[in-house]
Amino acid sequence: MTITRTATIISVLCASMGLRSASAADITGTVTYKGTPPAEKEIDKSAGEGCTTHGAKGTTHHYFVGANGEFGNVTIYLEGQAGKNLSTGASAPPVVLDQKDCEYTPVILAVQTGQKLKVKNSDPTTHNVHVQPAEGSGNKGANPIQPANSPDLSLSFDKPEMFVKVACDVHNWMFAWVSVFDHPYFAVSAKDGTFKISNVPAGKYTIVAEHRKAGKATQQIEVKDGGPNKVEFVMPAEAAKSKT
Amino acid sequence: MSHRPRHIFAVLTALAALVLIGLGGLVTSKEAGLAVPDWPTSFGYNMFFLPISKWVGGIFYEHTHRLVASGVGLMTTILALWLYGRNSRLLMRWAGLSLFTVGAVAGFIAPKHWSDALVLAAAGLAAFGASFVWPMCEPAPKWLRRLGLAAFFAVILQGVLGGVRVVWLKDQIGIFHAALAQIFFVLLCAIALFTSRRWARLNASQDENRNRATELPPGLGVRSRSIGSALDGWARKLKRQRTGALQDAVALSDSALDSARLLVVGTTLLIFVQLLLGATMRHQHAGLAIPDFPLAYGKLWPAIDVDSVAHYNSQRIETTAVNPITATQIALQMAHRAMAVLISIAVAVCVWTTRRRLGSSHPAGRLALVWLSLLVLQVVLGAATIWSNKAADIATAHVVIGALSLVLGTYVSIFSWARCRLAGEFSTVRKNAGESPGRAGHPALPSPRPVPAS
Repeated sequence: MTITRTATIISVLCASMGLRSASAADITGTVTYKGTPPAEKEIDKSAGEGCTTHGAKGTTHHYFVGANGEFGNVTIYLEGQAGKNLSTGASAPPVVLDQKDCEYTPVILAVQTGQKLKVKNSDPTTHNVHVQPAEGSGNKGANPIQPANSPDLSLSFDKPEMFVKVACDVHNWMFAWVSVFDHPYFAVSAKDGTFKISNVPAGKYTIVAEHRKAGKATQQIEVKDGGPNKVEFVMPAEAAKSKT
Repeated sequence: MSHRPRHIFAVLTALAALVLIGLGGLVTSKEAGLAVPDWPTSFGYNMFFLPISKWVGGIFYEHTHRLVASGVGLMTTILALWLYGRNSRLLMRWAGLSLFTVGAVAGFIAPKHWSDALVLAAAGLAAFGASFVWPMCEPAPKWLRRLGLAAFFAVILQGVLGGVRVVWLKDQIGIFHAALAQIFFVLLCAIALFTSRRWARLNASQDENRNRATELPPGLGVRSRSIGSALDGWARKLKRQRTGALQDAVALSDSALDSARLLVVGTTLLIFVQLLLGATMRHQHAGLAIPDFPLAYGKLWPAIDVDSVAHYNSQRIETTAVNPITATQIALQMAHRAMAVLISIAVAVCVWTTRRRLGSSHPAGRLALVWLSLLVLQVVLGAATIWSNKAADIATAHVVIGALSLVLGTYVSIFSWARCRLAGEFSTVRKNAGESPGRAGHPALPSPRPVPAS
């Protein structure tokens, strides 16, 4: 009886430990831009037929910085996860890249390897979707045509790569950047600078915030089950250093 | 050798090629090279049947470039055939018949591709019909016919390179495409020159001058014969002296003239290298690697370490889909600037040398001045390209003037190569004879006075 009870207790303890090791938590945080980013430039869309429904003028979107420094469009990811065959891209829902008023929405995206990138054309004009991975990255370039009212395009990437350029050569002011990871632990900061990486197994990690222009910032984080796993990034990295 | 209509057509073909180079520059400046993603079709259409309603945005530039390229291809083919004269008629007839047959069969077998079949059949029919009435002229010399053939193969290769660059999505091919465009343009300009009356006259006068230079002065031979056999010996001695003096003069002048000629050819090659540098910069699709001029990021030589390049990129707000800049691209632009300085000095020296050695009225001397003027304009346009943040029209003008500078260099090289020896003979003989140089472009006969052998 005693033996049975002891065995039961040990089993429950083991099971709970096992559950604990398999448990996951979210990492949340914010990205703040310290300082004044370079001013965005105006773009003239008048050369594009069907591009001026909401005005012929637009602006570039390199720095997405709010009034209080909230830094959007920053890609945040866990370092050291590459090559572990963690991608769930095949079963993950597609990420949507829309072409509306001859602009890409959003301009910064992140997907997993094998995950579908659905490209929509909401414009009454033809676009080409020119995917330009870096030479030797292992990803294939493509340049499909997408006329008005045509079905969505479905693209995917085989290898991890930061900031793959997607551009429209018909309207040369249209460009977006897609980062590809072979694991699901990444996010892109929202307009208010917040982000959330879900279902991260407990453990110690290096977390990186990377922006095409503002560079990289890294921090160490220990993800605890149920604990507040919060990270605050200040970019550019030099600004973060001067803050500390 | 000169056949005026053929020469005019050669000039028109060269001009069309220059327009094509300009359009190619515009396509790259507008980042529109891939706006039409397929080749040899355009959005699935035969390119001559792409509806005008689709010519929008970047498609307009790329598609126009393709159409003009087709026109230049056709003109080059006509020019190559024309250089073969009436001998090409049989080839035209059979080629035309073959094309027509292929077109007709294709239209029958694959009616879906009726537009391709129609283009083939129409081209074949045109060639077949034309072969009965054209060309009527005599063939050009063999070497000129070969130049025409080279231009024909160059334009074919150029078209394939342009197409492959689109299909394979390889930016690097664009560099070869740009380089071959310059070579092709030079080739056409050379053909235009060699088919001109001016060139024919120049050659005729050269031959005539060569013959006359080793003859006795006019009248002297007649007099010597009429005076008697005693004077004949003196006349023969005088002739031997004259011939010997000329040979010595040629030997003396060769080294100086050769160095002048090498300088011109070398400078022309430098310009070609400079155009390659420019093409490499443009086909990196990175916009301006250095945004200021004459300084570079405020310095004479910019920092190109990793942190500095990251900082430059962080401050760039691109309005087109250009790539981030790299240290290599900054170094390339600095090399382009340094090369511009070197070429400017070299062209100035060329002008001075050619005009001093060959005379200001010598074709090489005259063209060298135009060459220098073009180069000044080119430097200004290069600076304006940076100051305007690479405005498409200015950057394109920079490409066009670059191509013209290369052609001018080639022309000066050709003229100095072809005529410096002869002009050198006369200027040296005159110098030896104590005469002031005449119009070197139309050298007068040597003085009838005996020239002592050195």
